[in-house]
Amino acid sequence: MSKRKVQNDHMPSGECVTQLQTILRKRLCHQQLPEKLEGVEAQHKHLLELLKQTAIHGESNSVLIIGPRGAGKTTLLKCVLRHLLEEKEVQKNLLQVHLNGLLQTDDRIALKEITRQLNLENVVGDKVFGSFAENLAFLLEALKKGDRSSSRPVLFVLDEFDLFAHHKNQTLLYNLFDVSQSAQAPIAVVGVTCRLDVLELLEKRVKSRFSHRQIHLLSSLTFAQYLERVRAQLSLLDDFPETKFAQNWNAGIETLCEDKSVKEVLQRHYNSSKDFRSVHMLLMSCLSRVSVAKPAIKPVDLLEASRLCLADAKANMLHGLSILELCLIIAMKHLNDIYEGEPFNLQMVHNEFKKFLQRKSNSMYNFDQPVVMKAFEHLQQLELIRPVDGSSAKTQREYQLMRLMLDHSQIMEALQKYPQCPTDVQQWAMSAFG
Amino acid sequence: MALLQHPGYEEEKLQRVAEQLPCREVQAGTLLALMGQPQQYSYPSIFIYGHRASGKSHVMNVLLKELELPHATVSCVECVSVALLFEQVLLSFFGCDAASLLPRSPSLSDFVRIYREQCSQSPARQTRYIVMEKAEILRDTDANLLPALLRLQELVEDNVTVILLSEIVWDTFRPNTGCFEPLLLNFPDYSKGELQQILSQDRHPSYSAEFYSSYINILLGVFYSVCRDLRELRHLAALNFSKFCEPLADGKVKETDTHKLWRNIEPHLKKAMQTVYLREVSSLQWEQIQQMEEKEAGVLRGLSAHTHVELPYYSKFLLIAAYLASYNPARTDKRFFLKHHGKIRKTNFLKKNEKTSNHLLGPKPFPLDRLLAIFYSVVDSRVAPTASIFSQISSLVTLQLLTQVSHDDQLDTPKYKCAVSLDFICAISRTVSFDIMKYLYDFL
Repeated sequence: MSKRKVQNDHMPSGECVTQLQTILRKRLCHQQLPEKLEGVEAQHKHLLELLKQTAIHGESNSVLIIGPRGAGKTTLLKCVLRHLLEEKEVQKNLLQVHLNGLLQTDDRIALKEITRQLNLENVVGDKVFGSFAENLAFLLEALKKGDRSSSRPVLFVLDEFDLFAHHKNQTLLYNLFDVSQSAQAPIAVVGVTCRLDVLELLEKRVKSRFSHRQIHLLSSLTFAQYLERVRAQLSLLDDFPETKFAQNWNAGIETLCEDKSVKEVLQRHYNSSKDFRSVHMLLMSCLSRVSVAKPAIKPVDLLEASRLCLADAKANMLHGLSILELCLIIAMKHLNDIYEGEPFNLQMVHNEFKKFLQRKSNSMYNFDQPVVMKAFEHLQQLELIRPVDGSSAKTQREYQLMRLMLDHSQIMEALQKYPQCPTDVQQWAMSAFG
Repeated sequence: MALLQHPGYEEEKLQRVAEQLPCREVQAGTLLALMGQPQQYSYPSIFIYGHRASGKSHVMNVLLKELELPHATVSCVECVSVALLFEQVLLSFFGCDAASLLPRSPSLSDFVRIYREQCSQSPARQTRYIVMEKAEILRDTDANLLPALLRLQELVEDNVTVILLSEIVWDTFRPNTGCFEPLLLNFPDYSKGELQQILSQDRHPSYSAEFYSSYINILLGVFYSVCRDLRELRHLAALNFSKFCEPLADGKVKETDTHKLWRNIEPHLKKAMQTVYLREVSSLQWEQIQQMEEKEAGVLRGLSAHTHVELPYYSKFLLIAAYLASYNPARTDKRFFLKHHGKIRKTNFLKKNEKTSNHLLGPKPFPLDRLLAIFYSVVDSRVAPTASIFSQISSLVTLQLLTQVSHDDQLDTPKYKCAVSLDFICAISRTVSFDIMKYLYDFL
């Protein structure tokens, strides 16, 4: 520690790395808002105009933002709100209510949350309301009285919109859309969802009140743009206190993105998904390898991170099984081959295993039935095998029908990697006739 | 031993962490790198999977405790309702005042609201960690809980990281409409060498390290092919060590005479696999057996030996009849149970090309009529079909020796299955001197 405290014109490299980590981690993990949105300018403009209409002109609107997971729906919305709130008038007038389908699981909770976010708890407190609509109407009425100006616009943001459609009778959605269609209070309802068929979930009366404005966020990223975004995500901006370090870092990122093997890795990730969150995950594991001793991301880091990302989890689990459990898996594989995917029970598996032992006349794996059963149950706990029907209490354990949750290639691959796999077991697995 | 290094933490503490995590330096290092310095953001959710006893909880606990990071460790087994989970998290982050703010049956919304309120009063200066052990149970709870936990950082707008620990792979967790994907981290199994190294650490002070490590070597030689669970192996090592030392105490062999020690202990360990490993005899009983010189280990009857049940005479025959009805095909009944069954050619009768025997497929259901018909044929004397006979059938069902298959018809044509093993039925038929093997189609 003392070494780093030496007074110097430059920031010590330890500090620099810490600073770098702080900035990049905020960007990758915390979904920090970018300065400028790329690729979604049209959507941004559309949404901004729409919300301005509500916030300034008192027009009621409803819109759905639809796109796959990690496509930047929330980011878009947040950016638009940021732009919107830059105007003084809007800042003063606009009320926001943020609801999330994961949290507000039924309408009662949602209504309570709306009341709370509009700071109306003291008003509602001792009043008793009949219907849900009455309550909501009161809420909006209260909004009208709340300010000098005749009415204040309210923005409702419904995150995970599809979950609201599963509420009973869709009362909340009906009322919100109804208010946006008829009542005076200007409200804007913005739904955010990842389901493309979300309109099919709505009831007819709800659907008819919805304005059918949809903003689609479907990624049309080419690989070059993708690469550019990766570069942008990792680069430091000009406001980094230590210019020299930042330049070095950015140059390092530049060469990294030029590297052929890196491009290959990124291409593979691009092919599997254009979703940017999965790239964040990849970059995060690269970034975690950056330290004072190694203040740059090397292609090797990216390769390693990608290898970890793409590793087959089941193969990893198979690696840790005991030899008895592995033998049982092989026996199951043979049963699957012979009986073409019919379910099996422990007796059959054990019988198959015994056949192998007889053929090899090898007493090394001669285990008792209870020991085999314990191994079998361990496999079941790991969910590598699964019972066909749930009624476990009714049949004896050894006769319960099971299915193997692994495929042929996974088993063979695991066998290749298995540490000190006995040759006869390997040969048994290879042989087609169990 | 490679030391853990990270600029955000004191070296002294890291040293202490490294000492407590043998053979897990790589994983601890990766985790530490992911967690970053205390004040920095960490990834919203991390999913750690690995086999049982591969040190998932241990590594997490040691890291969080020794580095004094704010954390809440929650076992999903304990949290039968989400209220308990919320309470525990709020309690360990903000003290009991915050936990008491929760309403009677809190929803996720309440939890997030209170968390946010508390968080605005005491914002996180360090990353807060929520560790969920046995996370596979989260799948069975409220469908919203897991997706909400995975994006908790976004929902509460706090520097919080949720760490899920599980034995089961992530693929089976993913909800239908997707969720925020966690960062996956695998804890690989311990290799044989690593197991040996860890187990050798808790040696007995009165014996040398080499002696204990040779004992562990022998133990692994017996058990490694069956069990790789560190906890189980450690338990077995502790149980059987006194037996291993016995010849030393008697002065028969020296510490260096590994071969003789091996000859002494190996059959003992093999026996342990059939008894203590399966919990047939409890650890306490096992220790008692070792104390008693003359009594051989395993003479004491284990749990499964107690399955012998005293039944009334007719119940025994009913059970035998049920077993025969379950495991014999109905078309062979005539041959087995009728006196004058006419001529059936043996070749025709014994279709040996029938691929699988019934003892492989399990018991088949049979109607009550068939059970009674076989019962009357195997019982020598005349038995009246009294109420007692029928009540004995239903009491066999309550004892779970028979199971009723279809619940649609209680009185009319109930169907049953026999739920006892071959050994059990052989023992029963021996007591009434009935040779069941002669009547079983599979064993002809």
